Amino acid sequence: MPRTLVQLQVNGVEATVAAWPMQRLLDVLRDNLHMTGVKEGCGEGECGACSVLLDGMLVNSCLVPACQADGAHITTIEGLAINGELHPVQRAFIDHGGTQCGFCTPGMIMAVVSLLQRNASPSDADIRRAIAGNLCRCTGYVGVVKSALQAHQVAGEAERESVR
Amino acid sequence: MLASEPSVWRPLAGGTDVMVTFSAGKLSHHNFLNIWQLSELRGIVVSEKEIILGALTTYSDILSHPLVCSEFPVLAAAAAETGGVATQNRGTLGGNIMNASPAADTPPALLVYDAEVELTSLRGARWVPYCSFHTAYKQTLLAQDELLTRIRLPRSAAGMRHQFRKVGTRKAQAISKVCFAALADRHGEEIRIAFGSVGPVPLRCYRTEASIRQGQDYAASLAAELSPITDMRSTAEYRMRVAQNLLAGFLNHEQ
Repeated sequence: MPRTLVQLQVNGVEATVAAWPMQRLLDVLRDNLHMTGVKEGCGEGECGACSVLLDGMLVNSCLVPACQADGAHITTIEGLAINGELHPVQRAFIDHGGTQCGFCTPGMIMAVVSLLQRNASPSDADIRRAIAGNLCRCTGYVGVVKSALQAHQVAGEAERESVR
Repeated sequence: MLASEPSVWRPLAGGTDVMVTFSAGKLSHHNFLNIWQLSELRGIVVSEKEIILGALTTYSDILSHPLVCSEFPVLAAAAAETGGVATQNRGTLGGNIMNASPAADTPPALLVYDAEVELTSLRGARWVPYCSFHTAYKQTLLAQDELLTRIRLPRSAAGMRHQFRKVGTRKAQAISKVCFAALADRHGEEIRIAFGSVGPVPLRCYRTEASIRQGQDYAASLAAELSPITDMRSTAEYRMRVAQNLLAGFLNHEQ
C-alpha cells in the first residue's frame, strides 16, 4: 500500500506528509509532525485525549484518516500558546486545578476551547456537555469545570482572536 | 466504482465506526471509497410535507438545525446522546444506518418518524421504507452497487408527545443497553414505538402499538416482539425488564 502526500496546515504552519491514506491523523500529528501533545488514550474515539480542531471543529484525531485531512487546518494543544504566552484556557487549568497528571489535559482543553468558540458564556451544564467525550481519571471533573468557568470569565474576546 | 467492483469497495464517511475496527486490524475490507467530500450528500432540505437529509448529515448538523430539533426532537435527542461533541462532528446519519448495529441510537428515532432511505446506483435511485431496511444482524437491503444517499422524513409528527431514552453506563460515549423512542398523539389514537439493542436489528413494534390502541395486554405483545440477548453490555432479562419499564413509563404520562 503506497503512501500518499497529504498537505495540511498545523498550528498555522504548512506541512506536507507522506502518509498512508488510512493512517490515523493522530499518528501523522505525533509521529510525522512531532505534535506529541496530542495523546492516545484509547484509539477508539471514547476518551477524547486525542482531540484536536480540524477546520475549527473538535474531532478525535484517532478516528480521522489522513486522506480526509488533506487540505485541512489543524489546531493542536501546541498551537494555543502564542509567543510563549499561555492561552486563557491553559492558564485557567493551571490556576484552578483543572489538571493533575496532565494526560487528559490537552484534549480537555481543546474541548473547552471549542465550546468557548461556540458559546462565550457557557453554564456549568454546557461545560459538562462539552467535555462529555473527555475522560479524566484524576480530577473528578470538578476542577476541570471550574477552570472552564474561570477561563470564560477572564478571556472574553481573547479566545476568538487567539485560536485560528 | 461500486458498480464495476461490487463488494470490493467500502464507502468511508466520517470514520467514527470504520476507523475503530480498521485500526484494530479487525476489518476484512481493505479498500475504502472516501465519500466525505461529496457535497451532494450533505444538506437538509425542508419542503412542505417532508424533510430530506443527505447521508453525510452529521449529528452536529442535526443539532444545529432549528426545524429538525423542533419537529423531530427524538432524532435530535438521539444525535445529542451519540458519543460526545467530537464524535457528533464527524459521525453521519448514513454511516450510522449503514454500520447497521442494532444498538445504534438514530434508528429507533428514524423508525418512529417513518423514515425512508434512498439507495442510489448507476441503475437509478430507489426509496425504501426504513422499517424494512435492516433484514438481519448487520444485513441490509442495500445492493452491492448501491450507495445510501438520502433519508426522508415525513413532517407528520409535529406536536406529538415524544420520548427518547438511552439506557447505558455513562451519560455520553456509551453504547446503549436499551434504546427507546416513542411518539404519541394527544388523543391516544396514534402511538409509535421503537427500540434498539433488544434484537438483531432496530425494531419498530407495530404489534405492541396495535395492542395499546386496542387496550389489550401490551406487555405480552412487547415480550413477543423483542428478542434481547445477553452480551458484554447487559443481559436478556435486564433488557426485557427495562424495555417494559420504559414503555410503561411513557404510557403512564398519558394517564
